Amino acid sequence: MRLCSKYIDKALFYVLVIFFPIILYLVFVWSPIEKVMGPAQKIFYFHVGCAWVAFLAFFIVGIYSVWSLIRPNINSFITAGVSAEIGVLFTSIALVTGMIWGKTSWNTWWSWEPRLVTTGILWFIYVAYLFIRKMDGPWQKISKLSSVFGIVGCLNVPIVFMATRWWNTKLHPIVFGEGKNETGGGLDPEMLLTLVFSLLTITLLYVFLMRKGVEIERMRMVVKNCKNEIMNKLTIRED
Amino acid sequence: MFYLFLAYSTIWAAIAAYIAILGRRQKELKKELNELKQWCSEDYFQVR
Repeated sequence: MRLCSKYIDKALFYVLVIFFPIILYLVFVWSPIEKVMGPAQKIFYFHVGCAWVAFLAFFIVGIYSVWSLIRPNINSFITAGVSAEIGVLFTSIALVTGMIWGKTSWNTWWSWEPRLVTTGILWFIYVAYLFIRKMDGPWQKISKLSSVFGIVGCLNVPIVFMATRWWNTKLHPIVFGEGKNETGGGLDPEMLLTLVFSLLTITLLYVFLMRKGVEIERMRMVVKNCKNEIMNKLTIRED
Repeated sequence: MFYLFLAYSTIWAAIAAYIAILGRRQKELKKELNELKQWCSEDYFQVR
């Protein structure tokens, strides 16, 4: 089982090593330059990819948080924590790249519009979640408290996604589907393929980081248990 | 073009920084685990 896990890690690593140059080629060379925004539009492929992975990560946190509340176990606790950490990383990337893109196309770094505000709230919820997990105490107690935050954050994800569709927003365009006052224009087939490939690549990166993160956190638990055991033995000896 | 460069630099820097953090964590834990193993292997804890 352990050997199989190592092979999966290696396979994932090599797939990513092959996929990343391909996606960079697709983004910078193959996909056409958008007429209105120019080359800056190419931020879109990784900006959307990172936002998608952030949503996926928080969805996983939500599932494991619910499971932790129903049946507390250390594996759910670890998986939820690692996923939240990666989610915060990708939300931060999505926010920063969004700000840079906003500066080029809206001429402002930040705007108080629904999508940005709800994403900001999502980011703060999960930063709070990570702080709670750093608290001292038995993991069972921390797990209960952090799970509540995890579920609240997960409920915020569909609100972030639907923000541009529910509220009238003049800045954030709708690409697919229909909004309150506008219909998404869709994407050029080459742009769509590049987007799909970037989503796939970043999702694989998420899986790779998750596996590594969970492995490290399990190791941390082993170290913690080992330390407790040594402390118990020392206490017995002193007695 | 400058903003495109800035955005992609940010993305790669953030991902690289996170991978470096994971690597450092793993290294520290491995070191700690080896130290603990050494402690455990000594007969210090054997109850007489």
